[in-house]
Amino acid sequence: MATDLLLEPDVIDAVLAVAVANGADFAEIFVEDTRSTTTTMDQRRVEDLMSNRSRGAGVRVIVGSTTGYAHTADLSLAGLLAAAEAARSVAQRQSGGATVVAVGAAQVHAMRAEIEPSSVDRARRIEVLRAADDIARSHGGAISQVQLSIADNSRRILVANSLGLLSTDHQVRSRLNVSCVASGDTGMQTGRATLAATAGFELFAPERVAETANNAARQAITKMSARPAPSGDFPIVLANGFGGVLFHEACGHGLEADAIVKKTSIYADRVGELVASELVTLVDDGTCDGEWGAIAIDDEGAPASRNVLIENGVLTDYMWDYVRATQEGRASSGNGRRQTYQDLPMVRMTNTFLETRDATPDQIIADTPYGVYVAALGGGQVDTSTGDFVFGMTEAYLIENGEITAPLREANLVGNGPDVLARVDAVANDFAMAPGTCGKWGQQVPVGSGQPTMRLTGMTVGGTAA
Amino acid sequence: MSEIRELARRIAGEATGNEQIEVVVASGSDTNVTAYQGSVEKFTSATSAGFSIRVLLDGPSGARIGTASTGALDDEAVAEALAQARDNARFATEDEFLAFARPDGVAAPEIDLVSPLFDALSTADKIEMALELERATRAGDARIRQVQAATYVDYRSASVIVSSLGIDVETAETGAYLSVATIAHENGENQSGYGLSVGRAGSELSVETAARDAIRRSTEMLGAVKAPSTRTTAVFDSRTASELLSIISSALSGDMVVRGRSFFAGRVGEKVAADAFTLVDDPTDIRHFAASPVDGEGLASRRNALITDGTLTGFVYDTVSARRAGTASTGNALRGGVTGCRALQLLPGADDFDAIIRQVGEGIVVRSLRGVHSGVNPISGDFSVGITGRMIRQGQLAEPVREVTIASSLQKMLLDVVAIGNDIEWLPGLAAGQTIAISDITVTGS
Repeated sequence: MATDLLLEPDVIDAVLAVAVANGADFAEIFVEDTRSTTTTMDQRRVEDLMSNRSRGAGVRVIVGSTTGYAHTADLSLAGLLAAAEAARSVAQRQSGGATVVAVGAAQVHAMRAEIEPSSVDRARRIEVLRAADDIARSHGGAISQVQLSIADNSRRILVANSLGLLSTDHQVRSRLNVSCVASGDTGMQTGRATLAATAGFELFAPERVAETANNAARQAITKMSARPAPSGDFPIVLANGFGGVLFHEACGHGLEADAIVKKTSIYADRVGELVASELVTLVDDGTCDGEWGAIAIDDEGAPASRNVLIENGVLTDYMWDYVRATQEGRASSGNGRRQTYQDLPMVRMTNTFLETRDATPDQIIADTPYGVYVAALGGGQVDTSTGDFVFGMTEAYLIENGEITAPLREANLVGNGPDVLARVDAVANDFAMAPGTCGKWGQQVPVGSGQPTMRLTGMTVGGTAA
Repeated sequence: MSEIRELARRIAGEATGNEQIEVVVASGSDTNVTAYQGSVEKFTSATSAGFSIRVLLDGPSGARIGTASTGALDDEAVAEALAQARDNARFATEDEFLAFARPDGVAAPEIDLVSPLFDALSTADKIEMALELERATRAGDARIRQVQAATYVDYRSASVIVSSLGIDVETAETGAYLSVATIAHENGENQSGYGLSVGRAGSELSVETAARDAIRRSTEMLGAVKAPSTRTTAVFDSRTASELLSIISSALSGDMVVRGRSFFAGRVGEKVAADAFTLVDDPTDIRHFAASPVDGEGLASRRNALITDGTLTGFVYDTVSARRAGTASTGNALRGGVTGCRALQLLPGADDFDAIIRQVGEGIVVRSLRGVHSGVNPISGDFSVGITGRMIRQGQLAEPVREVTIASSLQKMLLDVVAIGNDIEWLPGLAAGQTIAISDITVTGS
């Protein structure tokens, strides 16, 4: 049905025809219709209920190395044709020209969610918030504040291009954030936990909601007795799940083909070289069902795929979008993503993770005489030109004589990507993934990061204790 | 009357019975040109428009508010958003403090944020400026190996805020900037940098300023080593000082204070910073790129003193947080029901950057901060971030350093301020920047 496609095929053909009318190597129309809601609760009050709808289209025209782009919220034929003309205005060939082929049969990718968010009454979302609030408060009087939000995002996209592609996807994501403040003699400490997946309302099963609320409350209370983090170079044991952000920052961004083609990444021209400990096998996989970075197609219409980036320490490949892949005469790896129809796509990660090995988490901790155990990480940031990165420990403990002991206050870890990858000396068998939001050149996209429990022989901890 | 104002009045006029409606309609256009290797890599030209509706329902135990927004202005979008906002309001908890802003008699400052020169440049001129920025940056220093992106951006926007309580304001502004991201290379090592030039119109921008800025920032980092671990004075340059002020601002939001999420709560009148530290939020100062005649609820912008000679003098409020605190709005509603500082600036000190470096003698200059969103907790005040910068030895800039963290707490850092520069740089974003020197910072490196 035409309405399922967001845009009629004959309109798509007409827009692409105008986009390539002066000659073009490639033209594309991206249509998006996203509905989202957010409901927040603070101190038991249901405060903000917000709904948003973002609907529009972007037209991209590529001639040689020049890309023209225009977007519009006006999905009428006139509005789209105006966008196509604007997009082609700078990307013009002096002579000659491609003719558009009519787009082929649509490849429709259905929603993978069981319960579409718009079918869920607002009261049921509020019930989830109240349940999580009760559980967080059950941890006792030290929990002085509980702030929660439940959000969902139902994103329908259509991509069609002058190569004849016509493909759609319906991506549904749901998220619960629980944030607790514990107060006492030592001031205020915060605990945060997130439950998020590429899924519908079915995500909020009572036991998963409870686990999230418990984690947030426990983290805040634990940090009340935290001592300042040490300052210096120490062995680091990263708990499973959250630690995946280490690889996202330490090397993931440096393996994105835009930084490779422009040779601004330290990993440029290094395929086949040993770039990490042989315990490191790193994969980016948009097909991981339900994970936060899961997609059926990327925002250029390429199917999501599983791409091995580093295998047993050897660099095997980079991540590619259409522009960069075409420059190198190869296919996209399904990593061309954009925040909204107002943005040009670029190379982005999907779900990036370290594969498991044989050790157990307990063995790794027991084998560590002194170090820092990082149970939860905040975000991180990298400079891909040097590989220098930081990431924040939001829950961490000392390891003394092979045992986890005192909780530590928040601090950042700093390291250098290639250096840290070589320092991985133990990887466990307890794989887990965690959701995150990745920002690059001003665009935010949902990504998953994952790894089993693992150890680094040393990393700089930026605490205040001597 | 503008089209968007007419639309906003029409939507606000839909309020019935125990309902109030507030509408923000915004429209704008922008041009974005990126040059790469002597040709246009990307050219984007776009117009956009959208609106946000808040519906407030009065009830026996207070009011409830629901919000809906959309990126289109057609009748169908209006009807859908209004219905959604009304539905959303019904599910909120009644709260005696919730209210929309009422006109408070304060006149909005007459500041004109639209440059008369905005349309002076043609599309071809803008493209040429981006190309010239790339050329100038590459040509400026032999060690510049790559210019990742040389970008020209300009935008024009207009917005109106209309409510059924009599708020009815319209604002417009223009802006433009050049930015360039570079990689410098020497002895097998890369270092990145960026440069900026900012104005209200393309013709105010300086290719040379942006290029020089990027060249200095990337080349000065060549040969960077890990800093020695120590406790020393950190000198934030104007860019990183601006980031630092933005972080601190969260604790000065009246909303964070009334919710018990600020380490400044209950401390008005106390000494919280060094004597030289006087911080104001002043969106009426047209030199500030965040200046605007009105706030996000349509109330007049005003100058608010936050910290005066080191003493905490007050917080910033929107209508709701002010009601919770038993005071009046300071004109600090941001969009989307959030309260916060809008246009921060520090009272300048006596000396410039170089003089402060000489006075400090031994320390570290902070050129970039990394991991701010993960390493700083504005509720507890814990501060630990990665930096790049330069060592200061014998009052001079010395070797560049990287893979370094600096740590302290925000509370302590404010008290440890030892110098503030006179070198104000007006930057896009929340806070203007100027040199700030802070003692007793833990530096962790080698």
